[in-house]
Amino acid sequence: MTTATTSSTGTTDQVPATTSSRATKVLGWLALGGFAVLVALAFAWVPEDTRITEQGDVVGQFDAVRLMFVHVPSAILAYTGFGFTFLASLAYLRWRTDWWDMMAHSSAEIGVVFGVLTLVTGSIWGRPTWQTWWEWGDVRLVTTLVMVLVFIGYLAVRRIPANTAVKARRSVVIALVGAVNIVIVNRSVDWWENRTLHQQSTLIARKIRDETLFTLSFSFAVGLVLFAWLLLHRFRLAYLESQLEQREVDEALEERRAEAGQPEYGSEQS
Amino acid sequence: MVRDAWLIAGKDLRIEMRSRVGLNQIVPFAVTVLVLFAFALDTDQEALRTYAPGLFWVTVLLASLLAIGRSFAVDLADGASDRLLLSGIDPIAVFGGKAAAIAIQLVVLQVLLGAGVVLLFDVTVHRYGLLVCAGLAAAAGVATAGTLYGALVAGLGVRETLLPVLLLPVVAPVLIGATRAFQDAFGVAGAEGWAWLGLLAGFAAIYGVFGALSYGALLEEA
Repeated sequence: MTTATTSSTGTTDQVPATTSSRATKVLGWLALGGFAVLVALAFAWVPEDTRITEQGDVVGQFDAVRLMFVHVPSAILAYTGFGFTFLASLAYLRWRTDWWDMMAHSSAEIGVVFGVLTLVTGSIWGRPTWQTWWEWGDVRLVTTLVMVLVFIGYLAVRRIPANTAVKARRSVVIALVGAVNIVIVNRSVDWWENRTLHQQSTLIARKIRDETLFTLSFSFAVGLVLFAWLLLHRFRLAYLESQLEQREVDEALEERRAEAGQPEYGSEQS
Repeated sequence: MVRDAWLIAGKDLRIEMRSRVGLNQIVPFAVTVLVLFAFALDTDQEALRTYAPGLFWVTVLLASLLAIGRSFAVDLADGASDRLLLSGIDPIAVFGGKAAAIAIQLVVLQVLLGAGVVLLFDVTVHRYGLLVCAGLAAAAGVATAGTLYGALVAGLGVRETLLPVLLLPVVAPVLIGATRAFQDAFGVAGAEGWAWLGLLAGFAAIYGVFGALSYGALLEEA
């Protein structure tokens, strides 16, 4: 960020010019280092997923299992992002501060990014594993898709040119209704096909290799650090944007006042 | 409050009766969509019969966007919505009235489209009771969600493009539920139609409550 720090009006003098701080630097390096370790673990340490059935056939996800270390944390981050938006929207209803509004917005944006990433990586993973790019009968797949679409609509509302308070209130309604809608969509798709390709809670039901389990858990941790890093940056960016808007308004006001202060106007006003 | 709601619904319906926008534009649009579906699926009568429930509901949803957009455009013109606010009528009654008027229009549209589906797609109805109940419940669901989102985008410069983006993903459960119920009613697939009615009614109830609660806040700033 290169936004100027000072203003002639004096209202935004204290705003830092950057979205970065010591905390985000630490988080950023942690996320980057963690990701490097994750790549190493996923490719060098975790063996490919194979099992031998009673008939002697070799089955499994083979190398595609490595994609899980991106797909599963992405899904968790997407749901975390949307969940956070829901909570921040409730908080906005209670306290009505821009802080919560910006938090809801920032979190939704991160949620959409990871939601799309979840769908894309899931699709790539599904092709070799389930022999299909997309399966309409799968509850989690369709629910996630509809959720991402709802929040894309949410972001569309955030982009419209309107008063901040108007946008904030309408966004709250979309976020709250959207969250409730997830439950309805989930139930309806479940009844619709009543089948899922996803294993029912893989971690518990199926014997999972220790290496895979560790790497998966590690990927969750890296994902959460990444989420915190992105959220802090995005939130500060939203804050700087609002400050910039305010400064532009202040400057315009200042100009009008200066015009009014010209001798020919000034004498009329006094 | 019920009386006020009926007043609002009566106002909206009277405007529609007199302007005939619904009859002259929305219904022809819906019938055209049905015809386009037939073109898209070739002349395969069997495919049309099988997919008739889904095609019917996609058509209703598309047409509902027009009906909802129109319902709010009428209120915004000439500052009528401001006067509605000043009239002191409870926002819940306004919401109920507008939703009821949209639901009634959707029911009329369904009757006309239903006739079109029977004639054009060669569909036979096996369960009239289920057909009527599912049609009413789905209309209520689309109308309540539509009124909520219609109010949400009202007064914004981009409302025509924003409404479909917001509303269509949200009414996906109605499409699934109503299609399954109609499949059962038309006898084209072994779906448990009456079970789906529960989902449709639940959807309408949830959006009815949500809409009624948030309508006042949305209306004030429209």
